[in-house]
Amino acid sequence: MKKFAKTHEWVEVEGNLAVVGISNHAQEKLGDVVYVDLPQVGKIVKKGEAFMSVESVKAASDIYAPVSGKIVEVNEKLSNQPELINKDAEGEGWLVKIEMSDPAELSNLLDEESYRRFCEEES
Amino acid sequence: MEKKTPLYEEHVKLGAKIVDFAGWMMPLQYESIVAEVEAVRKNVALFDVSHMGEIFVRGPDTVAFLERLLTNSFSALSVGQAMYSVMCNENGGIIDDLIAYKLDEDEAMLVVNAANTQKDFEWIKSQSNRFDVRVEDLSDRCGLIAVQGPKSEALLSSIVPEIASLKYYHSANFTVLGKKCLISRTGYTGEDGFEICCDWQDTVYIWRGLLELGKDFSLKPAGLGARDVCRLEASYLLYGNDMYETVTPLEAGLSWVVRFEKDFVGKEALLAQKEQGVKRRIRGLKLEGRRIARHGMPVLKDGKQVGTITSGTFSPTLQSSIALAMIDSSLKMGEEVSIDMKGATVRGWIVKLPFYRGSVKTASA
Repeated sequence: MKKFAKTHEWVEVEGNLAVVGISNHAQEKLGDVVYVDLPQVGKIVKKGEAFMSVESVKAASDIYAPVSGKIVEVNEKLSNQPELINKDAEGEGWLVKIEMSDPAELSNLLDEESYRRFCEEES
Repeated sequence: MEKKTPLYEEHVKLGAKIVDFAGWMMPLQYESIVAEVEAVRKNVALFDVSHMGEIFVRGPDTVAFLERLLTNSFSALSVGQAMYSVMCNENGGIIDDLIAYKLDEDEAMLVVNAANTQKDFEWIKSQSNRFDVRVEDLSDRCGLIAVQGPKSEALLSSIVPEIASLKYYHSANFTVLGKKCLISRTGYTGEDGFEICCDWQDTVYIWRGLLELGKDFSLKPAGLGARDVCRLEASYLLYGNDMYETVTPLEAGLSWVVRFEKDFVGKEALLAQKEQGVKRRIRGLKLEGRRIARHGMPVLKDGKQVGTITSGTFSPTLQSSIALAMIDSSLKMGEEVSIDMKGATVRGWIVKLPFYRGSVKTASA
């Protein structure tokens, strides 16, 4: 089950790993993604900090870490196929996997229904 | 107040993302900028450009006046011909770039940038005092649809068979789907194409008709996003990004529209600049990787700033990151520079323009 940050990232938990991507709503707002600035594996990230960026034809957008921890894997496919984010933002277009240092942080994220309502209010 | 073109409701119905462009509510994109660029490059696309300004000059002194107002030679045009030009202030700075149409011996239409229409109109009026001309801003009566792409002639020929004989940078009156229009073989994408100027109230009817007709040509409506990518691939400048009132045509690489053999507003300043040597000028850059160089980013050489990015995009056609930059004119073709992208440094090379040459006709075609 996915959880969402108000900064439009999603998280899906696999054991102690958090798979992270941007929401379908966010990719629609961004438009055609042409470049993904993937972080280094091993990088330590803190919840709420901008740790990578995604560029669309329109603008460059920072991506904020929805949980704290260490990046253990990045989606290398995005280097050559950044458009995967437009095609399947919440599936094949995932960004990174984070080994969580504080899984309790997940409770601060929104469930799918609350996120959907949040997006409606925001727009 | 937000202004809307006659096609605003059509854009909304087609699911366009609407953005504010110079006070106009315009479509940025319908489905995808990349797919719309591809439609322009491979098939044909429709753009709503009704927000652009149409300023008419009429009267016995029309030719003499425009010869003085514009840097390019209006007197060289025959009736039905058009030309790209800029108009400058006394300092040689570009007030706007435009297309001037010679509609008759004593009648001309200037198509100017939407953001500059009011400013241009006031400037043109103020310059016209000593000439026997009447200057009118008819922007709110003229709808404008651009049909762009290698299949644009085939598409339009199916309803206006005579269109095939219309030469590049020429215009003529035609009947399109029963409505009177002025069609020119011009555009801003680098592809062959036409711009259809019609009555404001006929614009929706013609737009819908062309969309319907276009089904056989894989036509797509395209928004400002695709228009910007296409114009940059074709290396056309954008007023407000690549040129301002503090940039001269010599710096903008537009010396080909400056006719020093005649008299025009700004000539002395441009002559002086030419004699002293142009210290900076717009150049094309090809960048390493896919990151986009944005307007205002510094261009560096050996760690020292030598210029600034004026426009940049990722070119889906060339699969490469491209940019225009105002840089020190001492830098040579092929020279390596770097672009400071908010701390990250990306390599780039000065390249010959245009980045891409599409199906656009040449002056001899």
